[in-house]
Amino acid sequence: MSTQAPTIDSQLSLIGERTNRPRVRLTQKHVLRSEWIKLYSLRSTRYALLLTAVLTIGFGLIASAVTVSRWSTMSVTEKATFDALNTSLLGARFGVLAIGVLGVLLISGEYSTGMIRSTMTAVPTRLPVLWAKLGVYGLIALAITVPAALIAFFAGQAILSGQSLQIAFSHSGVAVAVFGAAGYLTLVGLFAMGLGAILRNTAAGIAGFAAIMFVIPPLITILPSSVSDAITPYLPSNAGEAMMEIGHHANTLSPGAGLAVLGGWVVAVIVAGAVMLNRRDV
Amino acid sequence: MIEANNLTKRYGEKTAVDGLTFTVKPGIITGFLGPNGSGKSTTMRLMLGLDAPDAGTVTVGGKRYRDWPAPLHEVGVLLEARSVHTGRSAYHHLLAMAATHGIGRARVQELIALVGLEEVATKRAGQFSLGMGQRLGIAAALLGDPEVIVLDEPINGLDPEGIRWIRTLLKELAAQGRTVFLSSHLMSEMALTADHLIIIGQGRLIRDVSLVDFVDESSANVVRVRSPQAAGLRDVILGPDVRVSSDEPGVLNVDGLTAQEVGHLAAVNGFELHELSTEKTSLEDAFMELTRDETEYRASTPIHPETIVEGDLRERIAA
Repeated sequence: MSTQAPTIDSQLSLIGERTNRPRVRLTQKHVLRSEWIKLYSLRSTRYALLLTAVLTIGFGLIASAVTVSRWSTMSVTEKATFDALNTSLLGARFGVLAIGVLGVLLISGEYSTGMIRSTMTAVPTRLPVLWAKLGVYGLIALAITVPAALIAFFAGQAILSGQSLQIAFSHSGVAVAVFGAAGYLTLVGLFAMGLGAILRNTAAGIAGFAAIMFVIPPLITILPSSVSDAITPYLPSNAGEAMMEIGHHANTLSPGAGLAVLGGWVVAVIVAGAVMLNRRDV
Repeated sequence: MIEANNLTKRYGEKTAVDGLTFTVKPGIITGFLGPNGSGKSTTMRLMLGLDAPDAGTVTVGGKRYRDWPAPLHEVGVLLEARSVHTGRSAYHHLLAMAATHGIGRARVQELIALVGLEEVATKRAGQFSLGMGQRLGIAAALLGDPEVIVLDEPINGLDPEGIRWIRTLLKELAAQGRTVFLSSHLMSEMALTADHLIIIGQGRLIRDVSLVDFVDESSANVVRVRSPQAAGLRDVILGPDVRVSSDEPGVLNVDGLTAQEVGHLAAVNGFELHELSTEKTSLEDAFMELTRDETEYRASTPIHPETIVEGDLRERIAA
């Protein structure tokens, strides 16, 4: 293919004398727009967001359908512990993986490709980039996960109604839990992004994320129960899952407390990431 | 205008930039010359605030780069190759860069046309050849219509037509009064492009000199004389502006006189000559000569394996 440039004479008008461009200015709003362009112009982003929605909706539907078909043969204890809300929102626990990996990638991908040098040259004050990435990703995550959680809930309940097992949206705590599922996913995305800013490396970021969300929680149960019971509810994953349950059991937090604890984790990693972004060489 | 003052950067034990002080003036092309690993890229990273100096300062237009309200309007930058997300198209890369300063679509399209990437603008940048990547980098550098243009090895990977194109472009930018600062490890390229040279080795300033002066002093011809009476001849031709050295018995290398003058002096004083010739030093030789000490110094110190494979590794990680 030809990359031949037009002759130089015809180009010079384009780079003519410096014009006054009063609007040309680095602002947080402009950086936000830049990060939005970056987000939608990568194929991997679109796939990961789609996957988040598919996992969140799909696993809820599967769980609901399996329950309906097995209901007549289920034991009494199984029936007693059945939770219609939980079953339809089961997929959020899997959506966490996709939205977390994408959160890491949105930052670590800039380091692995070298894009970070361009980014930080355009925005040498650095922090506006992190705020913009968090803002754009947070909003797009909400835009994906709120509908996904609603669809998962209503479609799941529609399936469960086949055995009259459904729970109503108006039932106390249900609406909070459905939106809580979306909030959980979104906060996990931001948490992973903070990890990406700290670790800057894709493999390390994803491994760290998976360790915190999926490996450490079961490991803690090895500890004496007096210790593990005290720690477990405050892990990011357990605090987040508390956001999408009705009321709370012995070893879980209330949805509000879950939100506060997970929010605390998110703020902690973001602050650490911001400090390191400011201090380290790019 | 770029001003570096006692700029110093260390990476662990290695001092990459060592007390550099220089000024890059507007209206001309300044070549930043040094062997590979001499600290050129690091100096540019310090200029742009990508790395923080351990000592000293560097300002662009009188301010630290990060203190400008519109950095891209002040400085246009082509960084080391591959500072682009491989999964994003050239168009979207430029659009995202432009957006940080509120620069619109029209300007992006203009620059894509300027660098001749129209046909491939929607392709993913990861599929670009090195030359296309350089053109994309140049487009990004010019997005903000900058006063100062900083280019790290812009010639790398360009074909001869591309090299001529960029040379013309840079000359035009300098003629418009902009500051143009480009690095290279090729003296021959700088001789054709630059008006002024800043030569570094081992992170230290070796020469800060106009190209004209550098050419003048480098092309000072050395006259080689072979004579059985070399010692006597030497006494005759030595003068205040004449340097004489010898690298083999009976042969003198005379710096500061023409062959004609040496021949005349020999004849007048009755010396027998077996050889009289002029040896030209090329600019490349002069550059090698200047940086040789630094290179030798370097080779005699322990070499850290990581500094050798660094570039290689980075590429592999990026791939």
